[in-house]
Amino acid sequence: MDSKKYQPVIGLEVHVELKTKSKMFCGCSADYFGQKPNTHTCPVCLGLPGALPVPNKKAIEWCVMIGMALNCEIPLFSKFDRKNYFYPDLAKGYQISQYDQPFCLKGSIKLSNGKTIGITRVHMEEDTAKLIHQFGTQNSKLKTQNDEGYSLIDFNRSGVPLVEIVTEPNFETAEEVKEYLRKLHQLVRALGVSNADMEKGDMRLEPNISLKREGQIDLPSYKVEVKNINSFNFVGKAIEFEIKRQAEILDKGEKPTQETRGFNEAKNSTVSQRSKEEAHDYRYFPEPDIPPFRWNQEYLDKLRASMPKLTEEKQQELINKYNINPVSAATIVYNPDLYRTFASTASIGQEAFGTAYEVTANMLINKKLPYIEVSSEELAKNIANLTKVSNIDDNKLEKIIDEVILENEKAVEDYKNGKETVIMFLIGLVMKKAQQKLDAQMVKEKIIQKLK
Amino acid sequence: MNLNTLTITQAKEGLKEKKFSSVELTKACLERIKNVEPKINAFVTVSEKEAIEQADKADKLASQGETLQDKPLLGIPFSVKDNFCTKGMRTTASSKVLDDFIPPYDATVVAKLKEAGMVILGKTNLDAWAHGSSTETSDYGTTKNPWNIKHLPGGSSGGAAASIAADEAIAAIGSETAGSIRQPSDWCGVVGLKPTYGRVSRYGVVAMASSLDSPGPITKRVEDAALILNILAGKDTYDATTSPKPVDDYLATIKNNIQGIKIGIADEYFDDITEQVRKKVLEAIKVIEKMGVKIIKIKLFPPKYTIAVYTILQRAEVSSNLARYDGIRFGNDRSFFADEAKRRIMLGTYALSAGYYDQYYNKAQKVRTVIVNDFNKAFKEVDVILAPTNPWTALPLGASKDNPMYGEMADALVEPSSIAGLPGINVPCGLSNIGLPVGFQLIGPQFSESLILNIAYQYEQTTQWHKLKPKL
Repeated sequence: MDSKKYQPVIGLEVHVELKTKSKMFCGCSADYFGQKPNTHTCPVCLGLPGALPVPNKKAIEWCVMIGMALNCEIPLFSKFDRKNYFYPDLAKGYQISQYDQPFCLKGSIKLSNGKTIGITRVHMEEDTAKLIHQFGTQNSKLKTQNDEGYSLIDFNRSGVPLVEIVTEPNFETAEEVKEYLRKLHQLVRALGVSNADMEKGDMRLEPNISLKREGQIDLPSYKVEVKNINSFNFVGKAIEFEIKRQAEILDKGEKPTQETRGFNEAKNSTVSQRSKEEAHDYRYFPEPDIPPFRWNQEYLDKLRASMPKLTEEKQQELINKYNINPVSAATIVYNPDLYRTFASTASIGQEAFGTAYEVTANMLINKKLPYIEVSSEELAKNIANLTKVSNIDDNKLEKIIDEVILENEKAVEDYKNGKETVIMFLIGLVMKKAQQKLDAQMVKEKIIQKLK
Repeated sequence: MNLNTLTITQAKEGLKEKKFSSVELTKACLERIKNVEPKINAFVTVSEKEAIEQADKADKLASQGETLQDKPLLGIPFSVKDNFCTKGMRTTASSKVLDDFIPPYDATVVAKLKEAGMVILGKTNLDAWAHGSSTETSDYGTTKNPWNIKHLPGGSSGGAAASIAADEAIAAIGSETAGSIRQPSDWCGVVGLKPTYGRVSRYGVVAMASSLDSPGPITKRVEDAALILNILAGKDTYDATTSPKPVDDYLATIKNNIQGIKIGIADEYFDDITEQVRKKVLEAIKVIEKMGVKIIKIKLFPPKYTIAVYTILQRAEVSSNLARYDGIRFGNDRSFFADEAKRRIMLGTYALSAGYYDQYYNKAQKVRTVIVNDFNKAFKEVDVILAPTNPWTALPLGASKDNPMYGEMADALVEPSSIAGLPGINVPCGLSNIGLPVGFQLIGPQFSESLILNIAYQYEQTTQWHKLKPKL
């Protein structure tokens, strides 16, 4: 197989579970992970007769914020729709979701390789209950009549808010996908709207993958969706497997089946899901129990202003304001405690002690000074003490240098034999003897002069 | 005297003056229920024990000085339509799917009435899932019209209306999607108020058509309906479609002079009605005219065109609302659905399906807007609209079985106002030549319940129809 003939066309659908206090349409606690089954339920999330959904304002605001962070348009009119289908984990027999008028549309995000990934939409929906399957009852506590298997349903997760983020099929490599996922992960955590803990199912990934021939302009006429991927790593593996698998089929002159496949971790492969389902007709129609939303621009502007600053913004700010290098800026931003103390420490350092911003940055990052329970003032002082160059009487200095040279015959001899780095050692000794931080360059010159 | 024949106002006065206790009042109703139920079958569940317990509690509260201001319905026995969830009390929606369903919660309407001190006598019969205009499609047998037990009471709140006409309860709670309060009230000769959509919470009412369902009172007097609306109306945090609009004091304005009010009459609502209905409604108009109102001829969108709109929208929403009855979490599975429910599910699913959504559901919603605009236009010329509630009087038993579209055709005169979310009230205005009740309806703009209650009250007090009772 010549993989160069084909170009991967990859899109991504990510579901992010919001960490709101309550569920999307009722007041039950949304914190379901590890809880005793069916303890966070009410008529609404159980789909009892007569129950009605009331939207969670915070969840919607957070969804809009995610969209804003992804540079989306926020249409002034939006609504919920019913997505009708039957499954035991779907209490009402329909999921309240968004169909044709979602909260956010047409966004974008830039990757480090300069490529822009289009964000098709960001919308709100509710999670389903959790199904636990027991195949055969030999080893289970519950016994069924003929030892058949059974399934249990836990409704704690039913109704938890989910944000769905769909990209345009702009990805071409697994690496790009992984970078996007990392950025998205950081973004929702920085916004404070989700823990995005993959192991807890807070963030679910579904890539869809197809191949087009090099030079082909239209999108491929099929796409394969892959489900059940639990980590960014596995996404990469799944994509790589699919690209290979599809290329082999195309090489034969056939077209890969449009289908949903599951990812098998043990084999690092994808597997066709049991039945080839017909395209579902979800019979979408506007949710009559929830009036539509009509934003006004003022409200949206306020919401945008209330968003926590995002990582890249913060980094750029540090670089612009404090003139520190990008690597330092990144390090500081990714450490919340460091980020919190840096600005004030740097300012005080400069104003009170004349310490350069870059010096403060370096000291905090590299010297690993304790900074968590320490005030900025004290930190700035410590740094100044460690870095400030003080004056010394010339004669006193000469005397110290002479002493050091006398006391370190071997080192001096090494230096004279060409080992230049010994100078640093000698400078250190001079400073130690002087019990002062001195201008290292000046001391160096004096020592070199003396050793000539 | 037969305490069960009292109205709310009369019962409250009697209780206040200690002429009788709530237990005596409740027992009188229970006695009546025992006597006439074999003939009427208005109730699916009679909760005798609970009712007496509640009545007893009410008497104790009253003796402790619980003022009737805090609890305006203290000790008053009600019947509740069986599509309202009542905590700990079986709720079936008259379908075998919910034969053994005991809700773990109260509908907001029920909770509010309980808070106000109501006693629940039991749950009344309806067309299964409220799908109908006859109560004949109930899985628990047909309810009979107390005025003539060979005739239907109407539906879907047939049991509720019959329980009032037969004096089995002092007041009743029903619900309307398109006619389900007004039509059986008409056929049973009682007052039935359908509030504006969104005025009263739907939380806990077994959903039929979500954009249409409106809970409301069915009573012996207009004043009783106003009192109940005072308690029920208002925003509910459990129902996102309830309006935050402030609630009027409906009793305060009920006795206002109605001189000068402009009442619209549209010929389109008088086509295709029987002579008996025409005669009585025209008489009623003359009576009202004498009270100084202005009768104005208006043109309205012909009701017959709303039948298709209503049929499609309602069944589409029904097909989705019934999806939760899978028998997994509660109740019986789908094999327990009876024919009418199945018909509506099939038609609704079809109207929403890919390829058909645009020409059916979407188009119906567009025509809905046309109807809304049509009423808005009319209300620029008049304050309220008066029309017959139903084209004919109570039909004989079995009438609904021949024609699957029976209900929709019969409800043509109430469908337009339901589709537009408007409030409407049925007021009895006489008996036909064979002794079956005739009523007219007043339809007002959204949130104009005060106005229609006012006009209804004045008409009622000027006439004697409310004093008529069937011979059972």
